[in-house]
Amino acid sequence: MSRMNFIGMWTLFQRESRRFLRVKMQTIVAPALTAMLYLIVFRYAMGDRQVPGLSVDYFTFLIPGLIMMAMLQNAFANTSSSMIVGKVMNVHVFLMMSPISSVEAMVAFLSAALLRSMVVGGVLLLILLPFSNLALAHLWMILFYGICGSLIMGSLGLIGGMWSKTFDDMAMISNFIIMPLTFLSGVFYSVSQLPPFWQQVNAWNPFFYLIDGFRHGFIATGDTNPAQAIVMVSIITCASVLGAWQLWRIGWKLKD
Amino acid sequence: MNALSIQQLSKVYGNGKVALHEVSLSVPEGSFFALLGPNGAGKSTLINILADTVRPSSGQITLFGEDLLKDRASGKRRLGVVPQEIAFDPFFSPREVLRFSRGMYGQKADDAWIDELLQRLELTEHAHKNTRQLSGGMRRRLLVAQALVHRPKLVVLDEPTAGVDVELRKRLWDFIRELNASGTTILLTTHYLEEAQELCDRVAIIDKGTLIASQSMQSLLGDVASTSLCLKYAKSIENHDVILAVLAEFSPRICGDQVSLTLQQQGETSNFDVVYQAAYQQLGSPIHTEIRQEDLEDVFLRLTRKEQV
Repeated sequence: MSRMNFIGMWTLFQRESRRFLRVKMQTIVAPALTAMLYLIVFRYAMGDRQVPGLSVDYFTFLIPGLIMMAMLQNAFANTSSSMIVGKVMNVHVFLMMSPISSVEAMVAFLSAALLRSMVVGGVLLLILLPFSNLALAHLWMILFYGICGSLIMGSLGLIGGMWSKTFDDMAMISNFIIMPLTFLSGVFYSVSQLPPFWQQVNAWNPFFYLIDGFRHGFIATGDTNPAQAIVMVSIITCASVLGAWQLWRIGWKLKD
Repeated sequence: MNALSIQQLSKVYGNGKVALHEVSLSVPEGSFFALLGPNGAGKSTLINILADTVRPSSGQITLFGEDLLKDRASGKRRLGVVPQEIAFDPFFSPREVLRFSRGMYGQKADDAWIDELLQRLELTEHAHKNTRQLSGGMRRRLLVAQALVHRPKLVVLDEPTAGVDVELRKRLWDFIRELNASGTTILLTTHYLEEAQELCDRVAIIDKGTLIASQSMQSLLGDVASTSLCLKYAKSIENHDVILAVLAEFSPRICGDQVSLTLQQQGETSNFDVVYQAAYQQLGSPIHTEIRQEDLEDVFLRLTRKEQV
């Protein structure tokens, strides 16, 4: 067996993170603006209304969910766009040819996705915090869900990128799978507001646990049982990271 | 020692297409090796297997004495591949691309070598531009630089000069020749057969996934190169299939209004009469007749067409 290629892994991480830093307008400024627009719209639409079942005003309830949603979408975008650009421009052959193992590739790709998600989350927090009276009630929960969510989405981005042949395939995954799951995960509402049937459906949406847990870290209350959610999220994180790693290892849709 | 030794390599794609059928060949260390074959012969499949973008169905590959398929990471460090298809990362400049390429091979930064590569491949003044701003020829030269940046011992060039103009091509080959002289083994596929004849000391020809020749360039040209009778007619030749079949023993090559037929020398006598008469019966009087020595192109065409007949 060859030794670990630390320089290779570090280089790939740099390549993947410099790529999003190079297009800051798209990757950092645009998500911040989108979140601001949501806030303005909901601030005036909902006024000072409280979220039913939770003793928190709607505006405060909304902010952590919006931050997490942006983090999840950006973690997904970092790996998926790198993969699809690599495929379409044929650059992924250089990655295949290089002596970077599947484990090293996973570490590099997921670390870059995590970095992007943290940068976006941090920027949104800085912008939105002055408009709310949010506190960091349980920092460990914020970090746990933030990191796990980013790893899950980074892994799903890799899998989606491996599967897609064209930008259109990729857009299909983003718009028809990722977007509905993030929108219907309780960012904009508390599940207790839903009819019982949809509450059941929601319990199967992994994004629901991520958003609710992340928000719990700020407002110290939520719709899920924290212990149960942590177990669920840990399992989903492991499954998606291992799944992406295994598919990469066998060259799924990458090698003929 | 052989830089590369391939044994019984086969590849059958998912759709059932046999791209390589039990190909075995050896590339001696330090050689300048040409791998030739018509389009779709399996050259790129072979190279893509080396590059790890295509999985072999069966067979063995030894790279500098080590089993490549068992320990890919170690083999990859000694191998530099210039892919046939243009590829460029639209986010970065040539210099950044080269730094990343080198790093991904686990090697520490070496800007002096990157500068030299940029200079030798005439990319210095474009080093800071975005790769999107480069012309096709520049992008292809950048691919060559990427394949060399980790100083591999075996360099595989898959059609590296397509779209590169004549003058630049010459300078590119001078550089590759220097690398070869300093000990780097070169494996080249090209459509420019005169290039292969001029540069390479060994040659292998594959056709329809099968190896049909592998020897030194000199012996291939010496063994099979003979003289050809080239006949030109007033109008374009029709009924190719009939003519190819009837004249098959003279290995006919038809191109527009011309046909080339191989002449055999036996001792003092040549079969010119027989060949000319056979052609005359099929095609009548030519308007122009020429006898010429075959070059690699003729040999290549004859060997690959023979397969078809």
